[in-house]
Amino acid sequence: MSELPASIPAVAGREPGLSPAALRVSSLTAARMALRRDLTLAFRQRAQLVQPLAFFAMVTLLFPLGVSPELGRLREIAPGVLWSAELLASLLALEFLFRDDAQDGTLEQYALSGQSLTALLFAKTCAHWFLTGLPLALMAPVAALSLGAPVGAVPGILLSVALGSVTLSLIGAIGASLTLGIKRGGALLSLLTLPLSLPVLIFGARATQLAILGAPLMAPLELLGALAVLGITLAPLAAAAGVRISLE
Amino acid sequence: MTWTWFHRLGSPPHVFALARRLTPWLGWPAALLILGGLWGGLVLAPPDYQQGDGFRIIYVHAPSAWLSLMVYTSMAIAAAVGLIWRIKVAHAVAASCAPIGASFTLAALVTGALWGQPMWGTFWQWDPRLTSELILFFLYLGYMGLRAGIEDTQRADRASGVLAVVGVVNVPIIHYSVTWWNSLHQAPSVMRLARPTLPGSMLAPLLMMLLGFTLLFGALVLVRLRAEILARERTSGWIREAVGA
Repeated sequence: MSELPASIPAVAGREPGLSPAALRVSSLTAARMALRRDLTLAFRQRAQLVQPLAFFAMVTLLFPLGVSPELGRLREIAPGVLWSAELLASLLALEFLFRDDAQDGTLEQYALSGQSLTALLFAKTCAHWFLTGLPLALMAPVAALSLGAPVGAVPGILLSVALGSVTLSLIGAIGASLTLGIKRGGALLSLLTLPLSLPVLIFGARATQLAILGAPLMAPLELLGALAVLGITLAPLAAAAGVRISLE
Repeated sequence: MTWTWFHRLGSPPHVFALARRLTPWLGWPAALLILGGLWGGLVLAPPDYQQGDGFRIIYVHAPSAWLSLMVYTSMAIAAAVGLIWRIKVAHAVAASCAPIGASFTLAALVTGALWGQPMWGTFWQWDPRLTSELILFFLYLGYMGLRAGIEDTQRADRASGVLAVVGVVNVPIIHYSVTWWNSLHQAPSVMRLARPTLPGSMLAPLLMMLLGFTLLFGALVLVRLRAEILARERTSGWIREAVGA
């Protein structure tokens, strides 16, 4: 990547004297631009945004039909149901994370831009969380209410899903970056990301269970937060390495 | 001190020859230790006062479980060395480790289940250690699946290397979260295999088996490494001389 023409502004910005200072773009600005681009693109294809939500609702629907319509029993299994649905829905949504950008060459341009690929991919992952994790977090309390959770549990469930889905998006970004070049990589992607997501499932389901019982749920929330911090620190690095390898 | 011996570890022909020379030095002690350990564990050691003869499966179970983690760590270290210094042989070592580690993990799972049937009255208990072992098995499957999915060897090396490093960061997190999850759901009344003190007649064969299995892993890795190097370097000239064709 050293043999770039000097006419690409971001690269030229790194070599003072070759280009006007106005063309220099800091990596924070570049990340913000990438984030805005992804959000704009997504809002122009709204149908895609609804799909993970509909999938989440469908998976939740399977349990009352498959287990029992009794609210007492459903309330017991609600945390597991919600978090399994959340894991599967976020897995489904990973398809949209890098695929289009890899196909039309955007990712290649990102890698060649001379900007930090880590920052750009972190921006993409943030956009992905805004578009899938956050809507799912808003949807989860509704699904929980339908499974017999009390209204008092709503803030706790919303918070735990919102926090947990940050980590799920980040782990998913690693898996998606590594499987970029693979045809029919869907099953492989699930095999790569689900084992790594299990701690999120455990702490998230525990937080949801405590919220339904009306007990204090700070401990699992703090652990979910710790996982999110760890993910934010390390996952974009691994995803950037994965994208570079896939583009080789 | 010269570092040439170290630098030569990056050269496939040298490693190929070295692996061929070292294999018997690991393989034969492994065979002797495992045979001795089995004799000591299955024949000489007295039956346990609580578990009877059932405890003897520990002589296969514990070394397999130990190796399942040890091999994953070795694999991740080899992959990291390959990624950082771009050493092809290190990637070949990582690739050779995966199927062996997966086999030891499967052996630990199966022997754990067989031990569980008489002790717990069920083949499967969601015991934290068995559960972590099962998750570890899926991590191995994912690693091998990713390798199989990418045709270009160098890309497969580097992509699966990143996955191994990510996995090794996650293994302790998964282990502790599973332990925490389990302590919420059931009282720790399940009988534990590991005791603080084992009498010498039971402990000595176990140590022999642990060492024997570790050496066996070393020998198996060297054999697989040779096959791996052969497959990767099949077009280079030195292969012809090395295999005497």
